[in-house]
Amino acid sequence: MSTNTGMVEKYRNNFLKEVEANVEEGEWVKMCMQCGVCAGSCPLGSHWAHPPQEIFMMIRAGKRDEVLTSDSMWMCTSCYNCIVRCPRELPITHIMHGLANYAKRLGLTPKSQPTAWFSQVFWDNMMKKGRVNELKLGLSLYFKDGLVSGIKESIKHQKLGMNMMKAKRMSIAELFGGHGVKDISDLQKIIKKAEEIENARIESYGK
Amino acid sequence: MAKYEYSYYPGCSSQKGASSSNLSRSVETMCEELDVKLNVIPDWNCCSASIGYGGGGVLPRMTLSARNIALSEKHNVGQDIVATCAACWLATKEAQERFDHDGDLMADTNKALAEAGLKLENKTKIRHMVEVLIEDIGYEQIGSGVKRPLEGLKVAGYVGCQTNRPFGIDGESFENPMYLDKLVDTLGGESIKTYEKKVQCCGGALAFSEPVKSQEMIHGIIESAYDNGADVIATPCPLCQANVEIYQDEINAKYGSKFNMPVVYYSQLIDVAYGRNAKDASLDGQIIKAKKLEDIAGK
Repeated sequence: MSTNTGMVEKYRNNFLKEVEANVEEGEWVKMCMQCGVCAGSCPLGSHWAHPPQEIFMMIRAGKRDEVLTSDSMWMCTSCYNCIVRCPRELPITHIMHGLANYAKRLGLTPKSQPTAWFSQVFWDNMMKKGRVNELKLGLSLYFKDGLVSGIKESIKHQKLGMNMMKAKRMSIAELFGGHGVKDISDLQKIIKKAEEIENARIESYGK
Repeated sequence: MAKYEYSYYPGCSSQKGASSSNLSRSVETMCEELDVKLNVIPDWNCCSASIGYGGGGVLPRMTLSARNIALSEKHNVGQDIVATCAACWLATKEAQERFDHDGDLMADTNKALAEAGLKLENKTKIRHMVEVLIEDIGYEQIGSGVKRPLEGLKVAGYVGCQTNRPFGIDGESFENPMYLDKLVDTLGGESIKTYEKKVQCCGGALAFSEPVKSQEMIHGIIESAYDNGADVIATPCPLCQANVEIYQDEINAKYGSKFNMPVVYYSQLIDVAYGRNAKDASLDGQIIKAKKLEDIAGK
């Protein structure tokens, strides 16, 4: 049984409880008073199919599939405008990150959602050496749809790259090794342990 | 001995050959001038910024910051951690708060850190370089060291998001923080109090994944600087700096604008006002040259 099916079984008809138990800062969802200040404050507000206050009401109404398969929470730019303006001080940014992470964990994220893709690439890039390799991160963006479009994209952005190199704010040396922590295996051990602890907790809820 | 000393978390983009290496170079110069000693946290790692959440859950992300704080507590004993990157500062400070409020999270992160023989005490203050300038050094002392006032330089102070929210600088408002303007005035420049985009989001990491949506916001940030008669935009945030500076060609092509607006760091303004040359102020790291600032530096 997949974790997703396990969660559906366990929390049948109570998506709010599922969110409270498994989503970062999820216990705050019930505190939303539906004022809509978050929606009005979001810099990408017009691009959300369901702005935060709507997402909160949908969670309470048990609209599990609609929420978890939505690309709304992937529109969060982490500007924290909603957090500082929310009259009830809900940590909205974190709840959006939490919902995005949870949906991705369950395999429900819409296919080819660009920020979902990018956040994983960023994480993997960073975990290789313990520090972000900006050059490789940029290249993975250009080459995300394959070699041919990658070359096209690279040519399109050639001037930008040249500008950055000239200003010494991008370095070809990053392709060959580049910056990193001294003992990456130590860092990877730490993070692996953290992942094990977290996964065990979430999977135990689904059982 | 230096007058001020801190444990320094430079962050990925500040490294040599990275996108805000100009920030770290100008901060080094600034710290020389202000007698600040920065001790880099040995072997620091990435904080996963505000975009790592797709790949990492809460505990792995918080543990990245826990390792940095633990390393600082082990090697730079008793020193406040100071970050120059908005995301580094925010992620580390946020992790510290959560560990403070959540004993289970703290216990779990220490279980993970034990894999490499580290332990988090979580007793270290996490601060932004701007806080050091305002709270430890102060406007008055900063002003007293000005050798070349930034006369006639009209500066749009672009504070952005994460240096301002959710923590911000003590005593400043989220909606209209004034510290950058005060700093510009202290340096003899002309702050633009009517720059209404000062806390507008540039898209942050979504400038990579959602370039069209982000560039629409960046367009507004630059347009308002022009409308307000700015010579230059100044910011404390490395991602704001890069996003607002480097896509101006692409934005011009899309919107038919003719933007060529330099975007600099507060630290570069201080370097120049303190009489340092363009290279020390890392003005050679501009993609759009800050001509007026270079002229002042060359005087």
